[in-house]
Amino acid sequence: MLKGWLKWKSKLKRYPVIPGTVVGIFIFLALFGELLAPHPPNEMSLTKKFIPPVWQGGGSIAYPLGTDMLGRDMLSRIMAGARISFFVAILSILLGGLVGTGLGIISGYYGGTWDVLLMRTADATLAFPIILLAMLLAIVLGPSLQNVVVSLGLVLWARYARIIRGEVLSVKERDFVALARVAGSSNVRIMFRHIFPNIRSTLLVLLTLQVGWVIIVEASLSFLGAGIPGPQPVWGSMISKGREYITTAWWIPFFPGLAVALVCLCFNMLGDWLREVLDPKLRQVGGGG
Amino acid sequence: MQRYIIVRIFQSVITLFILSVVIFVLVRVGGDPALLMLPESGTKEDYQTIKKQMGLDKPIHVQYGIFISDAVRGDFGRSVRTRRPVMDSIKEALPNSIKLVVTSMVIALVLSIPLGVMAAVKKDTYLDTFARGVAGLGQSLPTFWVGLMMIQFFVVYLKVLPASGMSSWKHYLMPAFCLGIFMMAGITRLLRSTMLEVLDSEFIRMARIKGVSERGVVWKHALRNSLLPVVSFGGVYIAIMVTGAILVESVFAWPGFGRLAYSAIVRQDFPLIQGVILTAGAVVMVANIITDILYAYLDPRIRIQS
Repeated sequence: MLKGWLKWKSKLKRYPVIPGTVVGIFIFLALFGELLAPHPPNEMSLTKKFIPPVWQGGGSIAYPLGTDMLGRDMLSRIMAGARISFFVAILSILLGGLVGTGLGIISGYYGGTWDVLLMRTADATLAFPIILLAMLLAIVLGPSLQNVVVSLGLVLWARYARIIRGEVLSVKERDFVALARVAGSSNVRIMFRHIFPNIRSTLLVLLTLQVGWVIIVEASLSFLGAGIPGPQPVWGSMISKGREYITTAWWIPFFPGLAVALVCLCFNMLGDWLREVLDPKLRQVGGGG
Repeated sequence: MQRYIIVRIFQSVITLFILSVVIFVLVRVGGDPALLMLPESGTKEDYQTIKKQMGLDKPIHVQYGIFISDAVRGDFGRSVRTRRPVMDSIKEALPNSIKLVVTSMVIALVLSIPLGVMAAVKKDTYLDTFARGVAGLGQSLPTFWVGLMMIQFFVVYLKVLPASGMSSWKHYLMPAFCLGIFMMAGITRLLRSTMLEVLDSEFIRMARIKGVSERGVVWKHALRNSLLPVVSFGGVYIAIMVTGAILVESVFAWPGFGRLAYSAIVRQDFPLIQGVILTAGAVVMVANIITDILYAYLDPRIRIQS
């Protein structure tokens, strides 16, 4: 029996079970969190303020992670907050990813002056601390989901464009592309049917690794007050609002931050595993964070 | 080499111009700046006066022209809040941030280079796993949260470090460390994977055959070649540093550029915002040029090409 268990264990080691489970829980909470939360996330209560987590004196099992300064249950707020983080990540990665991948493929395939111009623009974008522009956008146009998604998309596209372009450049030289061209395929057709399937794995790794980063940036923006507004629980804002209570009620800023860190860590681990599996040569994808 | 530098400077100037246009437009697109600066009880005459004062009554391209010609001379006008010349506030705050960022980078490099090298050399040992774990963690933890927790732990609980201000070396410890975490993690990973490749290469094998000590092989030959990709990421890290600085300075109340930028934006202090963003852009451009020149210097292949 021991032998069987050891065999199963070593097989399990090949798959990122823990990160995968956490990511799964995160996505599940993002979709259903608000329904499953033990208390309504926005329900305030004057009598139940500052209850500590259940393992501390004064805590109660009804509020396992304590309550905040307005008497709202921390656990429920964290569960509900997963939704915003998730959707901001998905939307901005979709936006930045689509634009960036498209531009990267075009740039790498056609080359020439457009390629140079595009890459220079991408470099300039990558080198500028977009958080400044994101904040400005938020303040000038008002903080909102759309603004955050657009700001993040503006940063992300450049990264996709550069890496995808690199991949396209190498795929472009392969025999089957030349054969397709000889056979009379149009450029667009070549790009879709031949080039794209070969860069899919790079894209997948990139997408996974970006999620963690995006979640942190969104939390940072919310922390600075330039993120998603509103009474709905947003992890970054929970940290910033809880900041002044850190000495008296440490759990208010601690748990939302832990959530951000945990989710980001697991997405990164997942992405690393994907990279190992799909293409270990993708050094460039990891080094820049 | 000369030509390369000149081309890079030229490119940066163009990018700065584009940035100035973007900022100019953004600041005015959110609503009439004069209207925003008008106090609650302002009258129509006050509105006209403000407009005249800020030069907002002139046609838009004239406004831009004045803006650029002043900016080039370092005059960004006066802050709306404090009435001080914007340049003065920037001149005060920028050195503080530079001190913090440089300390941070030094700490990050001092910690990450040995860690990355050892992780590659002793691949698959506990040290390697430890290094990769730490690096993975470093890239996942939100900087500002770590900062808050550090304050809670070191200032309140252990009472060993001060919470804010910048008068002694103790004040630098936490903010610099916080700021450097992400960069340290990234460099550790990058260095490790680059070293792994380099250590496998032909010329390292050659060096070993020639009889160079293992230490020499690793620390002299392999490391020199592995540092190149790290430098090439320098530009990206600068941007990350500036972003991190805004967060760290906010958490630790560090009187630096990041905090200035933050309060300028939050208070809608348009002259200050314009000055801050253009200065940030200029600083980042300069840092990038230096990084690129360093990279070209270290990699003879680029020098020969250009």
